[in-house]
Amino acid sequence: MVKVRKFRYDFWLLISFMILGLYILFMVYPLSTVVYRSVVDEETGSFSLRYIRQFFSEPYYYQTLINSFKVAIATGLASIIVGTPLAYLYTMYEVKGRKLLQFLIILSCMSAPFIGAYAWILLLGRKGTITTFIQKVFGFSIPSIYGFNGILLVLTIKLFPLVFLYVSGALKNVDNSLLEASDNLGCSRIKRFFVIVLPLCMPSILAASMMVFMRALADFGTPLIIGEGYMTFPVIIYNQYIGEVGTNENFASAISVIAIIITLFFFLVQRYLSHRYSFSMNAMHTIERKKASPIGNFFIHLYAYGVVAISLLPQVYLVYLSFRTTSSAGIVFLEGYSLKSYQQVFSNMGGAIWNTLRICGMALIVILIMAVLISYLVVRRRNIVNAVIDSLSMIPYIIPGAVVGISLITSFNNPYMPLVGTATIMVIAMVIRRIPYTIRSSVAILSQIPLSIDEAAESLGAGKIKILTMIIVPMMLNGIFAGAIMSWVTLITELSSSILLYSFRTQTLNVAIYSMVAKGADGRACALSTILMVFTVISLLVFNKFSKDGEIML
Amino acid sequence: MVDYGIRIRNAMKKYGDFVAINDISLDIARGEFFTLLGPSGCGKTTFLRMIAGFNTIEGGEFYFGDRLINDLEPAKRNIGMVFQNYAIFPHLTVKKNVAFGLTNRKLDKETINEQTTKFMRLMKIEEYADRIPEKLSGGQQQRVALARALAIEPEVLLMDEPLSNLDAKLRVEMRDVIKEIQKRLQITTVYVTHDQEEAMAVSDRIAVMDRGRIQQIGTPKALYQRPANLFVATFLGRTNIMRAEIFKKGDITGLVFDGGYTLPMTNLQNVHAGQKVVVSVRPEELVIRDETYQGYQTCLIATVAYSTFLGLNTHYIVELENRERIEIIQESLIKDIIEDGTMIGLVVKAEKINVFTEDGATSLVR
Repeated sequence: MVKVRKFRYDFWLLISFMILGLYILFMVYPLSTVVYRSVVDEETGSFSLRYIRQFFSEPYYYQTLINSFKVAIATGLASIIVGTPLAYLYTMYEVKGRKLLQFLIILSCMSAPFIGAYAWILLLGRKGTITTFIQKVFGFSIPSIYGFNGILLVLTIKLFPLVFLYVSGALKNVDNSLLEASDNLGCSRIKRFFVIVLPLCMPSILAASMMVFMRALADFGTPLIIGEGYMTFPVIIYNQYIGEVGTNENFASAISVIAIIITLFFFLVQRYLSHRYSFSMNAMHTIERKKASPIGNFFIHLYAYGVVAISLLPQVYLVYLSFRTTSSAGIVFLEGYSLKSYQQVFSNMGGAIWNTLRICGMALIVILIMAVLISYLVVRRRNIVNAVIDSLSMIPYIIPGAVVGISLITSFNNPYMPLVGTATIMVIAMVIRRIPYTIRSSVAILSQIPLSIDEAAESLGAGKIKILTMIIVPMMLNGIFAGAIMSWVTLITELSSSILLYSFRTQTLNVAIYSMVAKGADGRACALSTILMVFTVISLLVFNKFSKDGEIML
Repeated sequence: MVDYGIRIRNAMKKYGDFVAINDISLDIARGEFFTLLGPSGCGKTTFLRMIAGFNTIEGGEFYFGDRLINDLEPAKRNIGMVFQNYAIFPHLTVKKNVAFGLTNRKLDKETINEQTTKFMRLMKIEEYADRIPEKLSGGQQQRVALARALAIEPEVLLMDEPLSNLDAKLRVEMRDVIKEIQKRLQITTVYVTHDQEEAMAVSDRIAVMDRGRIQQIGTPKALYQRPANLFVATFLGRTNIMRAEIFKKGDITGLVFDGGYTLPMTNLQNVHAGQKVVVSVRPEELVIRDETYQGYQTCLIATVAYSTFLGLNTHYIVELENRERIEIIQESLIKDIIEDGTMIGLVVKAEKINVFTEDGATSLVR
């Protein structure tokens, strides 16, 4: 029985107010500054809709919004088309090297999309390796990788694993007897997929496509690198803020607000749809994997490993390039192999590696502590303050990273809290961006722990802090730890807010790679992304070691 | 004067407009095994949690001995609680689970060790001391939960449906364990269950609850044989409900059933001629007179619908002339089971049956 309790004046109430305070200071206040700025004239300081009007009157601006949605919707659909069959085949049939396959699929989504974009340019771009090869051998040129097509390719490859993870997670909860029942009632395999399996996975497909949609919409590195003239709105926000043409923070704010409103709309539609199509499923007997016919088997493997090969190709290529000899400046690849890129990286860029470790590490610790506390408040202490915290904690879902960045800069560029340029502000941005996911997973874990555990401890004389530290946290630990590694991977590949917030003292690996890649081919960038990839692989291996069933919560 | 373990006066609990516990008063003697029995949603668990301190008390007074505990935190009430899902800490060993309450009391190591070992031995789980509870069977986990609750030597032991997660055989075994331990330690115990057989097996006294009120408090025997109202009669054990009318002829008072069967009774009270009543006749209170058909006045006429042979007893489902079906339990005989479709005569054991007012609220039997 969930009931709203009256306030109890204790330790937890204090925590509630502290967390509420942090949210107000670092999220509500900065976001309201952005909203405020979007409707205030920079020169006169009075209320004005001129920025919003300006945005919608000039095709140069509003076209970016249309472009963004085109990209996001197309990526969403493409990811479903690639990811759903993969999840289905993976769950229904025996696939050789299942564990490895899953590992590779996850790995392919665990790097910043822009690195993929960069690699694809090196492969399929105007002077790309494959382009030149085909030109030489077959004498025709392949379609241009730049613009919409390239963005779609890069983002789909990066984001279909989300669909795969969600849908295979849902399929795990489909009881085998449902499939047997439909067979028994004379349903063909194809029909069964569309009439039984697909509808049962619908909530997960919707949730996954929403996630893909949001990420594609907010992604900012890819269009900048491979888009050429194809502008999306995060690019515009960035340009308005750090543009070469002259900056306008208020206009950037206005674009941000428009972006938030539209994202919110899609978020609500998704929520509505998944509520309508939600089922509670709990499989007593999970689906038994079957061996496909030899021909089917061949195509299943071809498809599964083909998709994985294509998605990992760019990263593998970068690893290869990182061992190529470069010119002394490091920007032209020469014949032969050497560790020169790595030498340059370690002599000049050691700071970036250290920054990544310390900033992301700090953010991770803050995220974990806050997520545990918030989930405890939300699950065990229903009251009005905690309900507010619960709602606030969901907000970052719909705030693009660039907007988080802008809001923090505009709010903490003052003499009272001069955070701009510090590591603190980057930690704050990372915490805000990542924490909703960690809270959701912590809440899910805590909800599994029956209330009677707390009560048993209480009746045996344990105090509130002791119940938390001795009973609840240790019980949550396994799940939290698995989630923490996933958070860690997302944090080290974060770009869209860090690119706005970093200073030369707080440059992270990802930012460093980006700034080199933006200038063109670079051996050091390849070496850095290889290092980043090694970090990711290690993290994933640790994750597999600690997570019970390899279940991934993004 | 009786030494009371728990005294409760006018307890009240509301969720919004819904009255979950409505004016409950009761006294539980020190060392008594007291059970709250009722269907789900009757308020028994709510009431237990008020005693434990997990639910707030909106009205009334709760005493442990002379101590008013209304506003005391659960940790300070000195209770041992056993939960339906055991609520064993899965990350601690059996031994650490049992010792948990003792360590919170900041006792010295030796005492903790001694006490922990004593109760693990009592519950026969000593050999699992260093295991993680997840690996134990349901019955063993329940033993751990019990040992943990008892180790702090609480003033009152509270148990919330502790056996409902066990399979049938273990349930019977564990309820004997619980009863035996309770008798040995002489600890005041409040036990919640919806299983009437379990309640009868373990309890000194039972309070039957329905819709937030206590319907009757009494020993298992009293509740079964002389239920205070129709609810208690139907909830405890199986029974057939039949309609009848009161007749008075001279100084003879009795019942006339549908179909004319007339039954003189000696223990009716507050009845008048022609009064409509409800009669509760348990299946074993019916006697079959198959061979001697003696006419309408002297027995109920019924046709056997089907029978079930269960070894010790044979159950007959029979249809009366008014098409109502009732159940009869007869000790199995060596001669043949009566065939389906056979017409039989039935009489009831007058001193055992219970008669209630038409609305079922009040018993009319002394």
